Amino acid sequence: MSEITSRKDKVLIANGQGFWGDSILGPVRLVEEGPLDYLTLDYLAEVTMSIMQKLKGRDPSKGYATDFVALLDRILPKAVEKGVKIVANAGGVNPHACKDAVLEVIRKHGLEGVKVAVVEGDDILAGLDDLMASGERFENMDTGEALATVRDRVSSANVYLGAFPIAEALDQGAQIVITGRGTDPGLVIGPLIHEFGWGPDDLDQLAAGTVAGHIVECGAQCTGGNYTDWETIPDMAMIGYPVIEAQPDGTFTVTKHEGTGGRVTRDTVVHQLSYEMGDPANYITPDVVADFTSFSITDEGDDRVRIEGVKGHPATPTYKVSMSYQDGWKSVGQLTISGPDALAKARLASDIVWARLAYDGFEYSDDEKLIEFVGANVCHEGVSVPGADDPSEVVLRLGVKGPDRARVARFGSELVPLVTSGPPGVTGFAGGRPKATEIIGYWPALLSKDKVKTSVQTYS
Amino acid sequence: MPQVQLSAIASARSGDKGEGSNVGLIAHSEAAYAFLREALTEDVVRAHFAGINHGGVKRYAADNMRVLNFLLEDSLGGGGSASLKTDAQGKTHGLALLRMTLDVPDDVLASVEAGR
Repeated sequence: MSEITSRKDKVLIANGQGFWGDSILGPVRLVEEGPLDYLTLDYLAEVTMSIMQKLKGRDPSKGYATDFVALLDRILPKAVEKGVKIVANAGGVNPHACKDAVLEVIRKHGLEGVKVAVVEGDDILAGLDDLMASGERFENMDTGEALATVRDRVSSANVYLGAFPIAEALDQGAQIVITGRGTDPGLVIGPLIHEFGWGPDDLDQLAAGTVAGHIVECGAQCTGGNYTDWETIPDMAMIGYPVIEAQPDGTFTVTKHEGTGGRVTRDTVVHQLSYEMGDPANYITPDVVADFTSFSITDEGDDRVRIEGVKGHPATPTYKVSMSYQDGWKSVGQLTISGPDALAKARLASDIVWARLAYDGFEYSDDEKLIEFVGANVCHEGVSVPGADDPSEVVLRLGVKGPDRARVARFGSELVPLVTSGPPGVTGFAGGRPKATEIIGYWPALLSKDKVKTSVQTYS
Repeated sequence: MPQVQLSAIASARSGDKGEGSNVGLIAHSEAAYAFLREALTEDVVRAHFAGINHGGVKRYAADNMRVLNFLLEDSLGGGGSASLKTDAQGKTHGLALLRMTLDVPDDVLASVEAGR
């Protein structure tokens, strides 16, 4: 039992990055301002992998989250001094290039004995045809279509890996773990598996880790960011990022470092539990199906919310696969139109653009075009909103999309002319003509788990 | 019964879910939750979002959190990278739901006040 008794009875895990583009101050302050065992960082959204494949195609040393390297350059000496381990999905589609850049940072700061692990196996792009030949259909989970319809346009294909390879990397002594695509909660579950020795059959514990991971995966969204009752949140500028205090039985407390801004209450936590939720009773991950209706939530005061009694069910036999493919072109541009009569003039300006394009042979169907009057209730269209019919200015936002690049691009040259050949009070055009940019389609599918091999290697 | 905005008895958070969005509606009290479970059917919410959502509405409940979760199946103009809309991720759909006006019983309003 010595192995068991040597384990900690409490582990502190914080998430400092909710997406690629989140503030660097979150993780910087987490390492500086309070106790911490693990720092997790989430950089990957669905379209991110496709962008990274493109970057790697142009330059074989790219294709990962470069922000991560810049962050480590700033925090690593302190993190090493405090013994904080870092788990990040910053590897994107090129985890070894990311690892090499991280090793360079370690050398630069003269840090000794810092091991870096790379988790691989999520990237199945190169093996896609073999997998299809072996019978995998990769039907689109939303539409049921077969992948064959877009196969020649697929630009990335990644499996959402589970948390056990992350735990294995930590078992090997890694201080920094770099992964590619995995589930967001997995970044939190991995350290818990490593610290508490949970196994694949500890379903309630794995489900608890999933709930904890879901709560912190969007950073400050559980500490008062994006919160309905925003006026009750103090010091949002210095908002604290979330810290999980986890126990071996799966019970955990959501909190934040003392003296930081924001709030942790039952309500701020439940807000985040509701985020991007489907069926709350069946939250599917590669490791467990978590039941978000099973647990109790207790507000203990002082920015501490306790969650206990999470139930989990056996995992499914498949991994979710996230694929992206070239799905046409789009172009969007905008002008600002002042009052008086801002809305009426914006409507006229919009009509003029479409009429001129039609005159020149370019007509776009309702499904292909966008007309928005920003300031006159575009976000809540159809919902009664006071003052929306006579705003003092509106932003006219027009766009088109479709499979033909030239047809989409033609639209972009009919917006600027309105400044001199439209109604009065038209301004605010910066950035030149809107250009046609690629639409990246998202293709979610399933893949048998036995078709995926993961690997974990450590470097120093 | 007084006519009040839903924001008087509930909060919300929303985000993207494929080509649609989800709106988690969080009741401020047990009485408010019980009332909303009855009042906010899939049809009522679908009608409210007729200008935004062009697909169906599916509702889930999580009693432990006092949350009603609504999936708006076609509310993002194609979703993801294909959407041209300002709110391509449905981030504001929660606030749109809270603008709904409802006849709310006095005891439900009182239960929310008592919890503040």
